[in-house]
Amino acid sequence: MSKALLYDATQCIGCKACEQACSEKNKLPYTDAIAKEQQQSDHKFTVVLTKGDKFMRRLCMNCAEPACASVCPVGALHKTAAGPVVYEENRCMGCRYCMVACPFGVPKYEWNKVLPRVQKCTMCSDRVSAGKQTACAEACPTGATKFGERDELIAEAQRRIQQNPGTYVNHIYGVNEVGGTSVLLLSSVPFEEFGYRTDLTRDPLPLLTYRVLSRIPDFVPLGGILLGGVWWITHRREDVAAAESHVLQPEGEKGQKQ
Amino acid sequence: MKAKLTFWKVVFLVLIAAGFYATILRFGRGLGASTNLNDQFPWGIWIGFDVLCGVMLAAGGFTLTAAVHIFNIKRLHPIVRPTVLTAFLGYLLVCVALMFDLGRPYRIWHPLIMRNPHSVMFEVAYCVMFYTAVLALEFAPIVLERFNLQKPLKIIRAILVPLVIGGIILSTLHQSSLGTLYLIMPEKLHPFWYTPLLPVFFFLSAIAVGLAMTIFESSMSSKHFGRQLELPLLQELGRIMVVVLSVVAVLRFEDLYHRGVLSLLFKPAYEMYLFWLELAMSLIIPLVLLSRKRIRQSSNGLYLCSVLVVLGFITNRLNVSITGMETSAGLHYVPRWTEVAVTGAIIAAGFALFGAAAKYLPIFPAEEHVAPGKITVVAGVVTPALEHAGD
Repeated sequence: MSKALLYDATQCIGCKACEQACSEKNKLPYTDAIAKEQQQSDHKFTVVLTKGDKFMRRLCMNCAEPACASVCPVGALHKTAAGPVVYEENRCMGCRYCMVACPFGVPKYEWNKVLPRVQKCTMCSDRVSAGKQTACAEACPTGATKFGERDELIAEAQRRIQQNPGTYVNHIYGVNEVGGTSVLLLSSVPFEEFGYRTDLTRDPLPLLTYRVLSRIPDFVPLGGILLGGVWWITHRREDVAAAESHVLQPEGEKGQKQ
Repeated sequence: MKAKLTFWKVVFLVLIAAGFYATILRFGRGLGASTNLNDQFPWGIWIGFDVLCGVMLAAGGFTLTAAVHIFNIKRLHPIVRPTVLTAFLGYLLVCVALMFDLGRPYRIWHPLIMRNPHSVMFEVAYCVMFYTAVLALEFAPIVLERFNLQKPLKIIRAILVPLVIGGIILSTLHQSSLGTLYLIMPEKLHPFWYTPLLPVFFFLSAIAVGLAMTIFESSMSSKHFGRQLELPLLQELGRIMVVVLSVVAVLRFEDLYHRGVLSLLFKPAYEMYLFWLELAMSLIIPLVLLSRKRIRQSSNGLYLCSVLVVLGFITNRLNVSITGMETSAGLHYVPRWTEVAVTGAIIAAGFALFGAAAKYLPIFPAEEHVAPGKITVVAGVVTPALEHAGD
């Protein structure tokens, strides 16, 4: 079964312990200035957004069928069975298609390095495969970020909404978005207010390109036969015309071409 | 004539010098310091213009080889060489541009051993790689003839038809796939341009541009080398172009109508103006002009229309890759001078290489009075081309 994170914004106190834990885990600097940054970047994989007394986390959604992994020409990104979407920097050639394709704008680039890498939250894949929870979930003092089985977390989120329908927006973000994600969100304010798009398709995005790509194996032999046929017909027509004109002009020109 | 040449030489040197300096910045300091790309806007003109437009402008190669070698339209034979040359140079330059854009260009070979067949980019990479090889082989006879190397020439002629068919298939695949690249971002690309038909439009417009480029080049070379194609040939190309443009126009309209986007056409917005600009230049004005016999049959009229079509579809590619992505990215992307300088230098190199090839290799048909099929020596250049191919 695949693991997931449930972030309940109503339980969040905005302490940013998750940000700090994430930076430590990923060996990134974490200063006061960085703590104030309200944007994910190559040095900040998760952000606690603040609007008055409301909070919302942003991190890689670790999609069930990630667009980033599907578009990567060299397979540098892939979804692990455990849940995280991981990145192998030794494969990456830096085409940045993952960044363009991600519906959440998650992958970031080390623009200031001469030999840059793509950077993103990988849901602490090494910790998860070792049976531990993610650094952010471990650090969270209120349990706003909770690590667990995806199915169980969805059931729990549903329970919370049912028990306090007035508190929550009636929507668990991440259950259906782009075919489902391994990060689930609960909020008391509309998700759009924190930049989460609620108009995303429920179908996995890779389907959109796969529908076209999957026709190629048919297209190549059919196209070859078709074009070969056209070539044969057009040139055969010419041969026949030449032969006929030959027959119609009996003497004299014979032996010129055969 | 002399003064003009000197002027263009100066322009060329300035472009190359600026490009050289930009190259040092790009590889010395990285993408962040040398471009206006960022996390919100990771693809700029190196992808939008150099790659998307570069591949499109090189589409004459497969269009013309298909017309001549497969559909056996012999009249068009004299144009095959200049278009194959353009295509070959185009693809080489696209590869050069990619080296600038890739974060780690020294890994450009990675798709050879690290494969993800679900990736459109992977497919494009393979098609471009194979097709560049095909173009090299289609171009090779010109060089081999120049040095009178009969044996390899014979081999290439023997495999020419399968080679051409392979080239057409590869081109069809990756010309359309450059549109497929954007299919995975329905929520990012503006509805003017996001359509399930993107691959179809990219393919059809590539054909139109391939034809337009052939007409354009013919006029350019008549100015600079005193050689151009006969008017009836240009008219033939113009006629095919009208058909392709009409098909694109009808499909474009149908597509907008069925996706319910027509109403957006009259809602003033940044995207709307650029969309109209694209439509006007690529479809509306050329179709109106070409519908007039006087324009359709004059070489100047055809030249004007082909320039419009080329610029129009360049606008289209830039709209898909840049304009259409700006609103969702929440910013306006304007390329930094270094990006423009690299692109400028690449274009300059393309013109220079074309000029050099046209000067030293048997690219253009020797004058009209030459009987087809006969070997003619004009200024030390041996003529007939792939003429025997497929006979």
